[in-house]
Amino acid sequence: MLIAAIVVLGVGTYTMRLGGVLLRERLEISAAVQRLLPMAASALLTALAATATLMAGSGFAGIARPAGVAVGALLAWRRAPFVIVVVVAAGTAALLRLAGVS
Amino acid sequence: MRTVQRTHSRDRALLRDAVAIAAAMIAVGASFGAITITYGLPVWVPVLMSTVVFAGGAQFLAVGLLAVGNPIAAVFAGLLLNARHLPFGLAVGTTMGTRWRDRIIGSHLMTDEVVAFTLAEPDPARRRRVYWLLGVTLFTSWNVGTLLGVLLGGATGDSEALGLDAAFPAGLIALILPSLRDRATRVVALTGAVIAVAGTPVLPAGLPVLCALLGLLTLFIPALRRPAHGQEPPLKDQEGEN
Repeated sequence: MLIAAIVVLGVGTYTMRLGGVLLRERLEISAAVQRLLPMAASALLTALAATATLMAGSGFAGIARPAGVAVGALLAWRRAPFVIVVVVAAGTAALLRLAGVS
Repeated sequence: MRTVQRTHSRDRALLRDAVAIAAAMIAVGASFGAITITYGLPVWVPVLMSTVVFAGGAQFLAVGLLAVGNPIAAVFAGLLLNARHLPFGLAVGTTMGTRWRDRIIGSHLMTDEVVAFTLAEPDPARRRRVYWLLGVTLFTSWNVGTLLGVLLGGATGDSEALGLDAAFPAGLIALILPSLRDRATRVVALTGAVIAVAGTPVLPAGLPVLCALLGLLTLFIPALRRPAHGQEPPLKDQEGEN
């Protein structure tokens, strides 16, 4: 049962990955819709970042994580290199937790 | 000559970014492996999942449900969480290459981070290289991390204590920001994000992020759709500043 669940989840996930790629080729996509696709991806990624920043399960994520992400986002906005953004965001959250702020 | 040099320095920067995110993937993969073992699931479960499913969020969610003996819920919850890969695939399309081998292997490497890195690359000619470099790096590091977690168990440490839960959203934001300089994209994305956050307490995991696509409806607001019917490639020639 375990192995079946994992394989079904894997095959289903792969089908959606490959499905999108093949659909993009097969469908006659108008220029207007083509413009929407990167926007849709941006919307999904922004929503992913926002929910991963602010929410833990169905509740609020606390202080340390949003604070770390906020510092990282500020650096990204100031065009800091990707590595700095990621390391400083993690460091801020880790230090806050070390200081007892969660 | 100068172009060659610039290509080299951009490759180095890309490699450095890939290494940074790979390090984080190893640590989170290790905590995934360790948690699965702590749940009392067999050691092959996390290893098989990381190779066959290769989607961090869905894997954490699914092992939690498998551990309490609910495999059907694990499959449905995982698939719902991964449904965003369909629009991702539509957006990325044949960036990975047009040969069947490229599409069949490349599709499996598709993750949030790979899509974000690929779409953030302004030069279409370089996107394919970005996609594969990130895809292979992340697949490898995620699986190495999972193995380490299985082997070392609790000794791999707590990824939250390292602040890695803040690292991933911050990295995504860094990658998305350039696309948000386009006003229409910004309105769509931020509206979608607000909908997703508001929906998280009440909707099952995965659905809130999909609901972010409703942000596209803002394009029907006349003031925002001005350039949509232009003939030239859009996106570029909107307000370039801010």
